[in-house]
Amino acid sequence: MTALPTRKLEAFRYADIDALASVWSELAEPEIIDIAAQQKLQQIWLPSDQEVQIRRVEMILHAGASANIFALNTASHYGRIELDVSLHEGADFSLHAANIGGELSNLEIVTIVRHLEPSATSRQVIRSVLGGKAVGSYLGKVAVARDAQHSDSVQSIKAMLLDRGASANAKPELEIYADDVKCAHGATVGELDRDQLFYAAARGLDPAGARALLLGGFVGDLWDGIEGDDLGIAELARAALKRIA
Amino acid sequence: MLKIENLHATVAGKPILNGLTLNVPTGEIHAIMGPNGSGKSTLAYVLGGRPGYEVTQGSVEYDGRDLLALEPHERATAGIFLGFQYPVEIPGVSYLQFLRESLNSQRRSRGETDLSGAEFIRLAKAQAATMGMDADMLKRPVNVGFSGGEKKRAEMVQMGIMAPRLAILDETDSGLDIDALKAVGAGINSIMRAPDKAVLLITHYQRLLDYVRPDRVHVLSRGVITRSGGPELAHELEREGYVEVAA
Repeated sequence: MTALPTRKLEAFRYADIDALASVWSELAEPEIIDIAAQQKLQQIWLPSDQEVQIRRVEMILHAGASANIFALNTASHYGRIELDVSLHEGADFSLHAANIGGELSNLEIVTIVRHLEPSATSRQVIRSVLGGKAVGSYLGKVAVARDAQHSDSVQSIKAMLLDRGASANAKPELEIYADDVKCAHGATVGELDRDQLFYAAARGLDPAGARALLLGGFVGDLWDGIEGDDLGIAELARAALKRIA
Repeated sequence: MLKIENLHATVAGKPILNGLTLNVPTGEIHAIMGPNGSGKSTLAYVLGGRPGYEVTQGSVEYDGRDLLALEPHERATAGIFLGFQYPVEIPGVSYLQFLRESLNSQRRSRGETDLSGAEFIRLAKAQAATMGMDADMLKRPVNVGFSGGEKKRAEMVQMGIMAPRLAILDETDSGLDIDALKAVGAGINSIMRAPDKAVLLITHYQRLLDYVRPDRVHVLSRGVITRSGGPELAHELEREGYVEVAA
């Protein structure tokens, strides 16, 4: 077992080290997901009912493989999703994830996506909705190797703060050694739109219902790409939004 | 149905309404006309309860209740529909979901049961058909990508679904071509022209009044009603301009 990380480490700068310490001794090594060439994988990561939830995954996508990950991070105390992804030639990775929390919860998504070979694509779409004194973070590094020409990566990070005490951190990071690549990133932090809230109220929606509806719209399209059964992730996200709306 | 007495209101500390008095009896359609900046939209927003529009003096009674004591959503539940000059876009939320949740929120507050998905879709389709609107548009996000005319038609579809007792329509005719104007006029007549309903029609131009015949016309200038009359007053305004008539 390695030593407990400190906040001096970049990947842990917003982490709840005390919460991490409470589970550190039983924390398993990262789960390894290895996807063979040309294979497809879809996974939906649902929250559990634990106060502290940590998920660590290393994923390797061989040539032409694809992975679509959908994740909901709603732990009441501390939720951390760590993902280290290696992409070989022509592989396609996507992560659609939401941090939804209120009160004192600390929710973070920390990713490294390594474009090791040419023509791989990666797409990360993260939405955070934070109430109370919650903190939601995204630390995401996209590393493009020297030979990984025609890499195409997108990081879209948006956060909505419902209360004065809530905060969001977004740190999309690019490390590019190839010269013919597309790497887009955008990050926004905002509040609910007053005109939209009044419009909904003028149609008879009570304030909590109006906030839940607008937040549902903010988060909703994350799950549109799920093939087949969504395992209830959309409903769980709606319920989490209702709790903080 | 609606009794406004000596209403004073400010926006960001600036007085906009300066002692407005107006009585709209049940069964009547009243038009409020006035030049830009006379306080027309402020009146609509004050009646709708928009945050930031502060009443400093006066009273508004709706059906014998103190309207100003109600929250915006309570006013809607009490049967008031506010038609927006600039309907708001809500990305990510479909019209069907928006209207169903709004209507059901109203119904719950009145002690009624929710409409099921199927019941609501039947109602929405029927109202869209009345307004000549393709019901598939209601699957799209609220007002996103709608033209000016489509937004105003959609406002009328919403009014049909909510079935209010009092409609306050803020320049519903602005930005409409002649077909859309006719459709909106027909919508107002079919939904709101009834002995137990009333309409306050706020407009800059007389042309909507060719399709919706008002019982009374009032001229608003600098935050007060300066003249009131029958439908002929609208024609006089159109002919002679606000400066002559409102002065």
